[in-house]
Amino acid sequence: MASALRRLGSAAARRGLSTACEDTKKSLFQLPQAGGKSSNLCSAINQALHIALESDPRSYLFGEDVSFGGVFRCTTGLADRYGKSRVFNTPLCEQGIVGFGIGLAAMGNRAIAEIQFADYIFPAFDQIVNEASKFRYRSGNQFNCGGLTIRAPYGAVGHGGHYHSQSPEAFFCHVPGIKVVIPRSPRQAKGLLLSCIRDPNPVVFFEPKWLYRQAIEEVPEEDYMLPLSEAEVIREGSDITVVGWGAQLSIMEQACAGAEKEGISCELIDLKTLIPWDKETVEASVRKTGRLLISHEAPVTGGFGAEISASIVERCFLRLEAPVARICGLDTPFPLVFEPFYMPTKNKILDAIKATVNY
Amino acid sequence: MAGLGMRKSRNFINRIISSSQIHQSLGVLEHIHSASSHRTHLSKFPTKIPTWGGPAALSSSRRFESTEAEKQAECMTDIGDDNQMLDFPGGRIAFTSSMRFIPESPEERIRCYRVIDEEGRPLMDSGLTKISEEVAVKMYTGMVTLQVLDTVFYEAQRQGRISFYVTTIGEEAINIASAAALTMDDLVFPQYREPGVLLWRGFTLQEFANQCFGNKADYGKGRQMPIHYGSNKLNYFTVSSTIATQLPPAVGAAYSLKMDKQDACAVTYFGDGGSSEGDFHAALNFAAVMEAPVIFICRNNGWAISTPTSDQFRSDGVAIRGQAYGVKSIRVDGNDALAMYNTVRAAREMAIGEQKPVLIEAMTYRVGHHSTSDDSTKYRPANEIEWWRMQKDPVNRLRKWIERNGWWSSEAESELRIDVRKQLLDAIQVAERVEKPPIADLFTDVYDVPPSNLREQEKLLRETIERHPRDYPEDVPL
Ligand SMILES: Cc1ncc(C[n+]2csc(CCOP(=O)(O)OP(=O)(O)O)c2C)c(N)n1
Ligand SMILES: [Mg+2]
Repeated sequence: MASALRRLGSAAARRGLSTACEDTKKSLFQLPQAGGKSSNLCSAINQALHIALESDPRSYLFGEDVSFGGVFRCTTGLADRYGKSRVFNTPLCEQGIVGFGIGLAAMGNRAIAEIQFADYIFPAFDQIVNEASKFRYRSGNQFNCGGLTIRAPYGAVGHGGHYHSQSPEAFFCHVPGIKVVIPRSPRQAKGLLLSCIRDPNPVVFFEPKWLYRQAIEEVPEEDYMLPLSEAEVIREGSDITVVGWGAQLSIMEQACAGAEKEGISCELIDLKTLIPWDKETVEASVRKTGRLLISHEAPVTGGFGAEISASIVERCFLRLEAPVARICGLDTPFPLVFEPFYMPTKNKILDAIKATVNY
Repeated sequence: MAGLGMRKSRNFINRIISSSQIHQSLGVLEHIHSASSHRTHLSKFPTKIPTWGGPAALSSSRRFESTEAEKQAECMTDIGDDNQMLDFPGGRIAFTSSMRFIPESPEERIRCYRVIDEEGRPLMDSGLTKISEEVAVKMYTGMVTLQVLDTVFYEAQRQGRISFYVTTIGEEAINIASAAALTMDDLVFPQYREPGVLLWRGFTLQEFANQCFGNKADYGKGRQMPIHYGSNKLNYFTVSSTIATQLPPAVGAAYSLKMDKQDACAVTYFGDGGSSEGDFHAALNFAAVMEAPVIFICRNNGWAISTPTSDQFRSDGVAIRGQAYGVKSIRVDGNDALAMYNTVRAAREMAIGEQKPVLIEAMTYRVGHHSTSDDSTKYRPANEIEWWRMQKDPVNRLRKWIERNGWWSSEAESELRIDVRKQLLDAIQVAERVEKPPIADLFTDVYDVPPSNLREQEKLLRETIERHPRDYPEDVPL
């Protein structure tokens, strides 16, 4: 890395991968006080990308159809603003997109690679699992591709069927060496994406595409970062801990509100970073409530909920007053007409909250 | 390009030199050439073998000890200088003393085979005679049906009756004419813009509508988005949204046909975008190595969503890559139904007769938006689209030819269009009224039989539905 760093321009060197992050962390790692412009999640992502490209001349953004703004319009205006050599279309080849990003990142650049849908990330699986994640470890830290961030829209949208709906996060959570981050809202998306881009490790950033237009929130206009590997208690409660991430949180929030009406107090936690995850926050909460429910859209078997459940049982066995509940997607491919049946709905969660509390 | 003339003359010189110098030693570094200073320079190289020479360091004196090497030396001597050859593991390769890189593109782009011009006038020597009135009219009817199908389903999507649609506008000839050149025993591995192949094979308008509406008559049991057709009966493997993943399986299926000595081949379709995926390269290479009877049909329509082919590849399109993999290939005018038909017929004969793959690049233009989720005027000029729609329409072109032959009339035309439209509107109405597949279909077909986890999940789901019936759509029977 030393030689790569030397190659960095002087401006960029100050922002060089590992060191710059430390600097920026201190000043930027706080969510500015409420306020900002009302934005949807797509526009929040767009703002983060603007800032990333603006603040670091060695940052690049690329992927299928990125140039005209991307099929979800998240990259609108970026090619015009930062030029075709920094924001560009790639051939239709996910292994190429990620592999190219790894090499770019290994040279001390920030490579922001877009995979058009998380459902199409699999051709890049080898590059992620065998290249990106082991780049640092296998070289004894001589090399790293920490400047790589892979963005991919994930999850249900109501009409996506098998190949425009999947939540493949668990596959990536089984890969030491990469981070997996999923935001729940526009504000979160902007701050977390900037952290991912500036984090000195390769990150897979899944964007809840259902929220691109649906979630609207005031998003601070300035450059800010939200810490990775820090879960957030977004609703305090005492009877049961409810853990999730991404788009599912708004469903869980509704279930918590429903439970409250029945006198059950839920503590809702947004995990945000799936690996390496913030066990301590979840553990502390479960120690308080004695109960845990996890919910995600991905199939229940082998989902990341299983890992959370196992870890918490290990740490809080004697404190648990009921079995850990998992309300997740079914063990089927994501179905089109059966989507409402497949989904971990508010009422499935609410029923499970009640059953767990009354165990 | 200026390169061509130069290269030709250089080859010519080389030939003269090699025939005039008969006796040569084996070591390449010791070759003495006299034609250019470049070569003279080579002769000054030390005769000592550089230590970095790997296994391919052919002037190693060890090699001379083997009789095999001596034999090689002898035969090379016979061949002469620039025709010297060596048996590399992959076969005999001739040497040359001129360092010449293969250019990144050929002098002339691969030509595009066509049979009729835009006015439907036949071109000389194009093999036109093979197409009978019956086939021609049937192809034309199929192309019109496909056009009307696209129009009606597109409208249905705009009205919110189906969730999604993809048209084939501009690519009707590739769809229908390629299908017409195949037999029903040939296996089709489609991308998603080839419903015309299925139409040709006898998939009914009702069957199309059933899939798009995801009702219980849909063979895919409502599980996939609209346009993801499939029919076992018609040897049409079910569409997947993932680009290029159908290509390697097509090769495997073709290999099976080969092993079973079937008089059939596998045919797989993909786009210019698809040709960038690793699966494309894997499939071509496998097909060549396994000598599989498979036809690769690339619809090069200029666009992969918003990505123009100039951002997709810098090769002369897709056909040229065939040769690199050892696969016969051809470029054809995809808007000329007759050319498409002839090409696929010939490809089929080769694929089956020689038991080898063939690659076809059909040049065309995606006249429609990528899908109903896309507005292509955001990234390409409307007049470009209009030009292709008006001037290059493959349906119109075939019509001109059959009219020229007296096989078609404007009465037949309007009758056909009215009739097909009516049939389609009926089919849509019927499809809309048919109920959705039953909830049990959510759990079947994940495996041959549902394992215990799925049986348990079905039981829990049914209990949930009982508790919260209003959470669930009424049109899915329990
Ligand atoms: C593996 C994969 N990556 C990305 C996509 C998203 N996608 C759907 S269609 C398409 C463009 C395909 O272009 P092309 O192969 O030329 O076919 P055309 O649509 O032009 O017929 C893309 C990128 C996908 N479906 N699958
Ligand atoms: Mg295309």
